[in-house]
Amino acid sequence: MSVQRSTIIFAWILLLPAVLYVTVIVAYPLVDTFILSFTDASLKKTTNWVGWVNYDKIFNETFAEVIFRTFVWTFFSVSIKMIIGVFGATMLNAAVPGRALFRLLTMPPWIVPMAIGIFMWGWMYNGQFGMISGVLQNWGLIDGPIAFLARGSTAFWATIVTDVWIGVPLVTLYMLAAMQAIPQDLYEAAWTDGAGRFYRFRRITLPLLVPSLITMSMLSLIATFNSFDIIWILTQGGPNGETTTMIIDTYRTAIGSKKYGEGAARAVLICIFLSIFCFAYFRVTSRLSAGEQK
Amino acid sequence: MINRYRWYELVAIYAGIFVFLAFILAPFVEGFIVSLKPLSLLFSSPYKFWPENGSFAAYYTMWESVPGFARYIFNSFFISTIVTAIVLILVIPAAYAFARFNFRGSGLLLGAFLAVNMFSGAVLLIPLFRLMRSFGVLNTYLAMIMPGVAFLIPSAIWLLRTYMMRIPRELDEAAFVDGASHFYTLRRVILPIAMPGITVVAITTFIGAYAQQFIYALTFNSKTEYMPLPVGLFAYFGRQEVIWNELMAASFVGIAPAVVVIFLLQRYLVSGLTAGAVKQ
Repeated sequence: MSVQRSTIIFAWILLLPAVLYVTVIVAYPLVDTFILSFTDASLKKTTNWVGWVNYDKIFNETFAEVIFRTFVWTFFSVSIKMIIGVFGATMLNAAVPGRALFRLLTMPPWIVPMAIGIFMWGWMYNGQFGMISGVLQNWGLIDGPIAFLARGSTAFWATIVTDVWIGVPLVTLYMLAAMQAIPQDLYEAAWTDGAGRFYRFRRITLPLLVPSLITMSMLSLIATFNSFDIIWILTQGGPNGETTTMIIDTYRTAIGSKKYGEGAARAVLICIFLSIFCFAYFRVTSRLSAGEQK
Repeated sequence: MINRYRWYELVAIYAGIFVFLAFILAPFVEGFIVSLKPLSLLFSSPYKFWPENGSFAAYYTMWESVPGFARYIFNSFFISTIVTAIVLILVIPAAYAFARFNFRGSGLLLGAFLAVNMFSGAVLLIPLFRLMRSFGVLNTYLAMIMPGVAFLIPSAIWLLRTYMMRIPRELDEAAFVDGASHFYTLRRVILPIAMPGITVVAITTFIGAYAQQFIYALTFNSKTEYMPLPVGLFAYFGRQEVIWNELMAASFVGIAPAVVVIFLLQRYLVSGLTAGAVKQ
């Protein structure tokens, strides 16, 4: 009994530093955001309780549009990441000479500091001198220069492409690991029965990949929903707010305009969405692992 | 044989790999070429891909245009190193506790840690700003270190816990029977065996710390001498125009040390990822 008890105390001593740290830096700010969202906190000395005013303001302004845009942006970004990731993993999983090098070459967007990759994309999107517009013109595919970041519709897709680019390496390597965990004898059995390569991919690889696909797309969904650096460096939410996602809007309100209270209300809304995703993620992964044990 | 490809299959695979890697590497290729072009050629139409009369001049002049640049690289490394060290100090004992002791509420606590992963620093920026202000650390290294640590703890715990669960329990028990204390067992038995796992966690944490500096540096620090690389690069955005060739040259110089280290250690990286993927 006493051994048992000293063990539990020891476990808590080991956990305490990490728990305390996360409580101060994450849990407390979460609570603080919630409280702030009901006040008119700003740079002023005094802060007043204002009730639901900040939330009323959110829904009276164009915020519904921002929420909708955030979801569309996230949806396309995550889907394209998954498609390219599975494609890349399939290619890199092929037993061809040079694959070790090819795997290595997929990593740079992930390991290089985000801001640097984004600067490079920023230049490529430049209408007058950038690579994309330039090459398309040289090939005669477009007539004049396209300044991708200066127009709303192209800026929207340009930020998605850059977000995909940064997210793809992780998805690819994760999917590659999942593919390599599929037992080889399944393929050999199918091969003996005369199943072709595409048939094996469709009937063995894809179905067995589904749990990893779901896990990865949910993780990717959360990361993408939180994406800040890319849009901020490329467009700062412009032009005309057409790339303003919830997180950009929150940053502008809170840090740009110093309206902490209004910003906090927006952040609370983001937290609510994230909690829903988080809850769904736990439900899905626990169901997946329960299915595995059957 | 099952893994032998016909010639047209090989062509298709290499074509697929080429398209995939072209997308991944295009910005780096373009960035490198830009760094070789003189500004006058950069700002000329029509677009020319190849750097005629290109040179490495920008790699010399970049140090003069932004004299503080070496300092920014140092800051980036310094911040990431301290962040990694703090994360390891907090995470190693916690991961051990989660891997070994099944006490009441341990599952819930682990879930709570993982939930932290869902929130990025960007969402909590307002209270974090107030918190840093009340700690009096705004415009210091600490303002960029402290928030970064918290958001790297969850995945580090998860990764290391997975690794430690694979260390046989008999080792702990044998040490315990010999009269070793819990703490002694952790330090002298578990730590040495877990070293490869700790290395993986250290690398991934370092990469994370290196990547996430931007928003904290942008918001919590306005002193030039403490700026890390991602924010420091904005120094090349001059009043009139961006010095693109030097910006690109500086980017490559800035990431070179990190890339070299990471490529040397990439074996660990992939194995760390794989461990997470297979054991989830």
